[in-house]
Amino acid sequence: MSVLVYTESENGKFKKSAFEVASYAYAVAQQLGTTVTAISFNADSNDTLGNYGVTKVLNVSSDNLKTFNAKAFAHAITEAAAKEGSKVIVIGSSTDSKYVAPIVAAKLKAGYTPNVVTAPDSTSPFKVKRTVFSNKGFAHTTINTDIKVIGVSNNSFGAIENNITATAEDFSPTLSDADFSTKSIEVDKVVGKATIADADIVVSGGRGLKGPENWGMIEELADVLGAATACSKPVSDLGWRPHSEHVGQTGKPVASNLYIAIGISGAIQHLAGISASKVKVVINTDPEAPFFKAADYGIVGDAFEVVPKLIEKLKEFKAQNA
Amino acid sequence: MKILVCISNVPDTTSKINFTEGDTKFDTNGVQFVINPNDEFGLTRAMWFKEKQGATVHVVNVGGATTEPTIRKALAIGADEAIRVNAEPTDGFFVAQQLAEVIKNGSYDLVIAGRESIDYNGGMVPGMIATLLDMNFVNTCTSLEIDGDTVTATREIDGGKEKISTSLPLVIGGQKGLVEESDLRIPNMRGIMMARKKALTVVEPTEAEAATNDVSFDKPAAKGAVKLVDADNIDELINLLHNEAKAI
Repeated sequence: MSVLVYTESENGKFKKSAFEVASYAYAVAQQLGTTVTAISFNADSNDTLGNYGVTKVLNVSSDNLKTFNAKAFAHAITEAAAKEGSKVIVIGSSTDSKYVAPIVAAKLKAGYTPNVVTAPDSTSPFKVKRTVFSNKGFAHTTINTDIKVIGVSNNSFGAIENNITATAEDFSPTLSDADFSTKSIEVDKVVGKATIADADIVVSGGRGLKGPENWGMIEELADVLGAATACSKPVSDLGWRPHSEHVGQTGKPVASNLYIAIGISGAIQHLAGISASKVKVVINTDPEAPFFKAADYGIVGDAFEVVPKLIEKLKEFKAQNA
Repeated sequence: MKILVCISNVPDTTSKINFTEGDTKFDTNGVQFVINPNDEFGLTRAMWFKEKQGATVHVVNVGGATTEPTIRKALAIGADEAIRVNAEPTDGFFVAQQLAEVIKNGSYDLVIAGRESIDYNGGMVPGMIATLLDMNFVNTCTSLEIDGDTVTATREIDGGKEKISTSLPLVIGGQKGLVEESDLRIPNMRGIMMARKKALTVVEPTEAEAATNDVSFDKPAAKGAVKLVDADNIDELINLLHNEAKAI
């Protein structure tokens, strides 16, 4: 009956979001009077999940599963749910998690609510709050099925320490060739840099930067802050930056702690996509730009003058606060 | 190759979102409805398969009669036939079961859906269809090449992309990248005239229950006014971000 949580790792190391979904699962388990079981794949130091409320970890060690495979991972998760008799399965919001969650839900004939932002409003009926209309609204949604799959929105619930001793055990799901009918051939991924999905800080540039040749200062600012870089839709449509950096309603959503928008006017679609970020800063020459209505802090000024100064001052700040 | 493109009828991206009837319904008053952007990229890629590889392209929507202008637009862009499942799309699992029935009856090789609709952002329909029908599935798909039954696809991952090999029958959750924004087609007069004559078959829903229910809605709390910092006073911005916002 334990709550099952899928804790994502990369190269053996748990992602930050794994601790958040574990914390969420613990909150649900408290409401239901049960414990949390995690399922991890080729992860090291599974006992660290105990710090976030996990009692038991089912760790799948398999060379076949070194690279994410949605169908095979979904199979393993549903088998773990059956073994544990879990009625609630908690999953994150990364691209991989959103790939796996609907497969798990369909296999278990379970209702699935993605983008959930708070602990359940109630457990009988089971009701959660989730974002809809690209963060322009919230829905309070009941899940009517016996088994429930909850997708937790990134950086919404937070990682909360709950010191419990986690016991890890090996778990070997019975996978067949059919689970690998979709194969990864090649992964092309930026290494050693924060991604938009995980970053605490995102630095984003718009058409106000006039051309791709001016992105050096955006990248430098991001480096100083340990931030991911992003861009507005026109910038990606013009081919100045890759699609994977496009944030907004039809691009990637951003839910960082700090979002810095440079030379972005703030079209409604852009603001919807970044509105889950906690603190927003805008730098724009036009004081009438709509972004100033959505931002917490703003500078009316020319990015080409403001950003280099900001980089210099942040370097000093970092040196003093290191 | 027989392709089915699944289309959601969603509010235009510029729509103001309001709720009505005691915050239990989305207020459609004054809202312009369009083909879900993620679906439109997929539909345009389907047109490429039609023109270059001789594929047949059908479109399907689960919705009431009010969605027909959106379906006609897909026909005007070039789809051969359309199907409307006559039911309110109450939740993702319900819609997936309706679409699975249509796919089974039509023996499609390739099902193209959007990675998510921009209204309820469920992002679950393509994965659920694939699972219900035991078809291969690639989500957040940004490129798709098909040679016989062999499929090479690219999917977007956090921080990059992944090349994938699989085979038909296949379901994809598509998005921008399948085609570029500049490749999207605006229906011309000839397309619009032809669309009127194309078959739009209305089928009644199969028996299925929604797995979830949206009981009520609310909107984010109004934000306080922006704090403006002088462009010559960057120290003040850093001070605010560090001490007040605790963001750095």
